[in-house]
Amino acid sequence: MASRPEVLRLNQSSDIRRGLTGMLGFGSSIIATLLSLGALFSILAYLVVHGIGAINWAFFVREPAAVGEAGGGIAPSLVGTAILVTLASIIGFPFGIGVGIYLSEFAKENLFARFTRVAINTFIGVPSIIAGIFVYFILVKPTNTFSAVAGGLALGIIMIPIMARTTEDVLRMVPDSIREAALALGAPKWRVTMGIVLPAARAGVITGGILAVARVAGETAPLILTALGNEYFPSGLFHPIDEITLRILKYARGPYDVWHEQAYGAALILVVGVALGSLLLRLTTRRGMVRNE
Amino acid sequence: MAASVKPTFAKEEPMTAVPSIPQGISIAAAPETSARMKISSLDFYYGKAQALFKINLNIASNRVTALIGPSGCGKSTLLRTLNRMHETLSHTRLTGQILLDGENILKQDVTRYRRRVGMVFQRPNPFPKSIYDNVAYGLRINGHKKSLDEAVEHSLRRAALWDEVKDRLNKSAYGLSGGQQQRVCIARALAVDPEVLLLDEPCSALDPISTAKIEELLIQLKENCTIVIVTHNMQQAARVSDSTAFMLTGELVEFSPTPQLFTTPSDPRTEAYITGRFG
Repeated sequence: MASRPEVLRLNQSSDIRRGLTGMLGFGSSIIATLLSLGALFSILAYLVVHGIGAINWAFFVREPAAVGEAGGGIAPSLVGTAILVTLASIIGFPFGIGVGIYLSEFAKENLFARFTRVAINTFIGVPSIIAGIFVYFILVKPTNTFSAVAGGLALGIIMIPIMARTTEDVLRMVPDSIREAALALGAPKWRVTMGIVLPAARAGVITGGILAVARVAGETAPLILTALGNEYFPSGLFHPIDEITLRILKYARGPYDVWHEQAYGAALILVVGVALGSLLLRLTTRRGMVRNE
Repeated sequence: MAASVKPTFAKEEPMTAVPSIPQGISIAAAPETSARMKISSLDFYYGKAQALFKINLNIASNRVTALIGPSGCGKSTLLRTLNRMHETLSHTRLTGQILLDGENILKQDVTRYRRRVGMVFQRPNPFPKSIYDNVAYGLRINGHKKSLDEAVEHSLRRAALWDEVKDRLNKSAYGLSGGQQQRVCIARALAVDPEVLLLDEPCSALDPISTAKIEELLIQLKENCTIVIVTHNMQQAARVSDSTAFMLTGELVEFSPTPQLFTTPSDPRTEAYITGRFG
């Protein structure tokens, strides 16, 4: 003991200080957590209190009532959301997954691969209205009409980098040993990718896909410039179409109390829908993912 | 070099105390054979670091050739070049020649070549598929579409696994024990009927019972197949192989019939290694 250097000697005051620092750290993180949870739950509670009154069967199956009148529903918005998300997926999934496969399986560490990766990461961070403006100028102006196709394209463009990143990440989690096993049997690279690697990462790709869908289902800004919104059921893919967030925007800004209540109701449906979706996802994809050990 | 093997070594070799070769299988029964693979002046580089130096090695047909040596000596690297697995890594370079049946393997179509030369890895690496689909994979990519049942059963029997899995062929291979998974991997490699089978420390993750089963299997397999095995375990090399190559820091130090290498090594470095003075 006597030979121990001074700095290593234990003393009581540093013990107390360490204890206090520890408590401070634990305390502040728990407080931050509680406050954040509180904020999230109060949003949900607020939506429930103000919006539950709007929700009934008619709300799901009717077109909006005449301006300012009670009753009516948001059925065109729900149908529109489904159509827009489907169109977005048709564009976003193949391109996004394709880019992800390229980056994970085929890209050597060259300039092009590095450029692609930077571009993808940048596009994830770019505000979504940029996709809206782009589609507005290349599709809405030339065809002279807002449309479901334009909205779907804008949302699809937003999905591509998200899907690309998720796909690259989950494919990289598949152990190389499995790739080697297939290659050693004489399987060509593309076959290893499509037949072994992609199926092994299936759960992760599906999770990423559903999260991407949830993300674009909540977009508003690009749709104002492309899908526009519609009081009625869409009459075709090249006509304006409604979406749930557009409906919320319109009703929340309007002057009527009944609109405000319906805006809360629609917002409640959106939140519950996304929450149910991700819950379902957790239950169905808990197993089946292959990971590095 | 590895042409003849004395039948006496199983009895006399002092290091074969653990699972002995089963009755009825004579390691000396096979007639003398010629070299199946010829490796000459093989140099191999990872980037600027040279991993293999002027390797010359003849691998005898229908024999088990063992590669031994301390970690990092290049034995796995050498084995991987025989399957051209090094080509999956970037920044590697290989000079020299590897011949299979007199033909340069580097000039052949790589997928076609790999179908002739199977490989089993250190850790069991079954696909996340059913046992059946694992074994059938190699056949399916070769264009066999139907009636794979017989081939799958035959391969699983050869890998001494059939009785353990015949009732659960459609279950995931991930539900099997490590030893069973490794035998699935062996069955998967055998299903395409390879002419050469390369094994990279196939038993390092396995318990002694699974190890004994796989060793037994290797001795049976050499009737139809040429086998190269990398092993850390000198007793294993002594038990299963007909000739043994000792490697050190990327060089081939000694290559002799197994009994000779383990009893009267000609190089002092080999003797130092097998008597446990280093490595």
